[in-house]
Amino acid sequence: MTGPARGGGEVILQLERISLAFGGVKALTDISFDVREHEIRAIIGPNGAGKSSMLNVINGVYRPQEGTITFRGQVRRDMDSHEVAKNGIARTFQNIALFRGMSVLDNIMTGRNLKMKAGIFEQAIWFGRAKREELANRLKVEEVIDFLEIQHIRKTPVGRLPYGLQKRVELARALAAEPTLLLLDEPMAGMNVEEKQDMCRFILDVNEQYGTTIVLIEHDMGVVMDISDRVVVLDYGKKIGDGTPDEVRADKAVIAAYLGVAH
Amino acid sequence: MSFFLEVLIGGLLSGVMYSLVALGFVLIYKASGVLNFAQGGMVFFAALTYVGLLEFDLSPWLAIPITLVVMVILGLLTERIVLRPLVNQPQITLFMATIGLAFFVEGLAQMMWGANVRALDLGLQDEPIAWVSDHLNMMISKFDLTAAGVAALLVTGLALFFSRTRIGRALRAVADDHQAALAVGIPLQQIWGIVWGVAGFLALVAGLLWGARNGVQFALTFVALKALPVLILGGFESVPGAIVGGLIIGATEKLAEVYFGPLVGGGIEGWFPYMLALVFLLVRPEGIFGEKIIRRI
Amino acid sequence: MIYREAGQFKTSYEADAAIFPIRQDRIGIAVILVLAYLVMPFVATPYIFTAILTPFLILSLAAIGLNILTGYCGQLSLGTAAFMAIGAFASYNFMLRVPGMPILVAFALSGGISALVGMVFGLPSLRIRGFYLAVTTLAAQFFIVWCLAKIGWFSNYSSSGVITAQEVTILGYEFVSPESRYLLVLVIVSLLALAAKNLVRSNTGRSWMAVRDMDVAAEVIGIRLMPAKLTAFAISSFYCGVAGALYAYLYLGTVEPEAYNLDLSFRILFMIIIGGVGSILGSFLGSAFITLLPVFLSLVVAFLETTVHLPLSKAITSNLELMAFGALIIFFLIVEPHGLARLWQIAKEKLRLWPFPY
Repeated sequence: MTGPARGGGEVILQLERISLAFGGVKALTDISFDVREHEIRAIIGPNGAGKSSMLNVINGVYRPQEGTITFRGQVRRDMDSHEVAKNGIARTFQNIALFRGMSVLDNIMTGRNLKMKAGIFEQAIWFGRAKREELANRLKVEEVIDFLEIQHIRKTPVGRLPYGLQKRVELARALAAEPTLLLLDEPMAGMNVEEKQDMCRFILDVNEQYGTTIVLIEHDMGVVMDISDRVVVLDYGKKIGDGTPDEVRADKAVIAAYLGVAH
Repeated sequence: MSFFLEVLIGGLLSGVMYSLVALGFVLIYKASGVLNFAQGGMVFFAALTYVGLLEFDLSPWLAIPITLVVMVILGLLTERIVLRPLVNQPQITLFMATIGLAFFVEGLAQMMWGANVRALDLGLQDEPIAWVSDHLNMMISKFDLTAAGVAALLVTGLALFFSRTRIGRALRAVADDHQAALAVGIPLQQIWGIVWGVAGFLALVAGLLWGARNGVQFALTFVALKALPVLILGGFESVPGAIVGGLIIGATEKLAEVYFGPLVGGGIEGWFPYMLALVFLLVRPEGIFGEKIIRRI
Repeated sequence: MIYREAGQFKTSYEADAAIFPIRQDRIGIAVILVLAYLVMPFVATPYIFTAILTPFLILSLAAIGLNILTGYCGQLSLGTAAFMAIGAFASYNFMLRVPGMPILVAFALSGGISALVGMVFGLPSLRIRGFYLAVTTLAAQFFIVWCLAKIGWFSNYSSSGVITAQEVTILGYEFVSPESRYLLVLVIVSLLALAAKNLVRSNTGRSWMAVRDMDVAAEVIGIRLMPAKLTAFAISSFYCGVAGALYAYLYLGTVEPEAYNLDLSFRILFMIIIGGVGSILGSFLGSAFITLLPVFLSLVVAFLETTVHLPLSKAITSNLELMAFGALIIFFLIVEPHGLARLWQIAKEKLRLWPFPY
């Protein structure tokens, strides 16, 4: 697959003046930024800056009180996460959100639930469309399994896997949906250097091979600066910086937020 | 009008008795996060033990403390054998375990004392108070009023116990966060022991009052089932909620039975509180006093 | 060494997705089916048919129903028996009021009615969870049984709602003898169990389990909670409804609404806890266990009476039963929360490696 040149595409996601509050607590204040097709866009910031809330707004788990979200030219208001998924946005979570009672294979198969149309009766008799769909989607899932190199744990219950592999399975589940936009919430948190390198490779490969646009939250600055095209910096729910890694690194406000220099 | 008031007051009085049972649930829920389905079994167990002891010609003043000791032991054993191995399991697992416990306790009680229905006499007559029926033209049962008085006293006492004493404060800390409570040096096991002991005591009082009113029989366990809608209305961890919920259930149940029951063939008190709770849940899932929970991911 | 899949290579995903991908399992299930269909009808006594096999199968079906809702979709229900009651009374009314109604169609339709009511009582699950929901299912239990007892139309105005099930006749054959009733139940239960197994291994089942394990994540990957939960309620109630109809028509014959009381609901809940939450096989194991336990206990009591001359009354047996149920539930929840089905699985894993320790 050949997408447009990295980072140079059209704007695919546009967030304008987003504000989100829980009761009296403001989580996000007046945040605007955009994501271009085929780029890797990082969101960074100290703990409690509102990064995860930002992802939750993008995929409809939280509804912002103010602001508009435009995805692929469509302005959306009050869309629930199911519709967001239908529009081609998939994600992973900061604290692994796998279905712990199911095998790796079943977990990844759930990622393809939107592609299956067979009725409940057809499924009950395992015949016709239900069976065809099940096998066709299994084929797709096996591609993802090969891609992420997790063939050996296909039938293992996810609860028994080590942390790093669970993270990979979660990525697999998101990829199985063949998303246009992939949101990754700290995909490398708690990993050792080797696992991080693997994960970086997977993220870059996804971006390159499938042309998937990626928004990611990450704390490891080395990783962020290496793999992302542009970076948004949040602090206390406000945007304090936006630009290429080099620009952000040189930004006074960003340095102040990270190092605590007096303004 | 005075008939309406009579029904209402009768309902509120039995509502206080529901609150008493509900309080046993709240206490344990607050301290260990378990909805103890066996509370009804414990009420039954207490009443049956007390009556059984009386049959050995024990004086009530001896039978009550002995029953209390038995109930506290039962509570402590429950904590030790059933709940401690299940710490950190999902709440629903604990709930199912207490259903098992209910069966066990009910079977044990009948095994020890037999299953026939017995009368329990506390020396209180279930008759209208003469003064009220003379002056206000209403029938208010002496028994109901006394029972409600006792229940109210206990409820107030417990509320004070929670808010004023060291143990009460420790208990609230435990309810908030087990780990944090342990970290600041609150003896968790001891607190749970006290809570189960107090729950056993509450079961005894409820068992005596309800047993005296309806006879000591297996149906007592259903009284505890009635406490569940009370908890839904009031919220599982709110003492005032248990009281207000009990009053609402008691009053509406009686009113519905009297005014609406005859239209549909009667016997509606078996399901009315549940349907009320169900409808209420749809409007306000967090209960009257509960806080709205924001779920984070 | 006997139970080892080495050398059995799957060459297609279809073979890999089969219900029993391992050959030994297929042989095992074939043996069980042969026993159930071909051997039992010739060796079992009428007592075994009517007191053990038939109720065991019917209650397995109800347990599958509850397992779909509670085990697979994670919504605890304490109102199983009420939905069985709906099935029984709906069948009765279909047979009574529709001339020429075939009995099997009546069973299926009554399952459908039960499913509709189940969906109505499933609506609260969209807003509440955990044991708040469990308590609302008690509302279903008490309200439905009350309705069936109080509203005369449901029981054709018999006193206290007692109904006598009509004759079960299919294509002119009357199912009167214990073994014919057993076989009819067996056919229906095997087909419905197969359908349930198919459902839980396809997209619907995965959606249920996703909702059970983590509802927010399920929504984010595109599973809508409302249809997932409501289909679970509907399918579960369908199974319970059909089981309830079979319970009335092929087991008890004459029933009152009170036969479907809270106690029966609990009994079915115990079946899935002991058998295995989230397992079709477990539903059968649990049902067998709970059906056989009282038989076993009464044998023990009879034995004690005759050998040690202990004066044990009938009441003792039933109290022992209560205590045994309670203690077993607690035991299983503490020691093996996934029940007999998991024990079986562990045994198979051990068998795969035997005689080597690992």
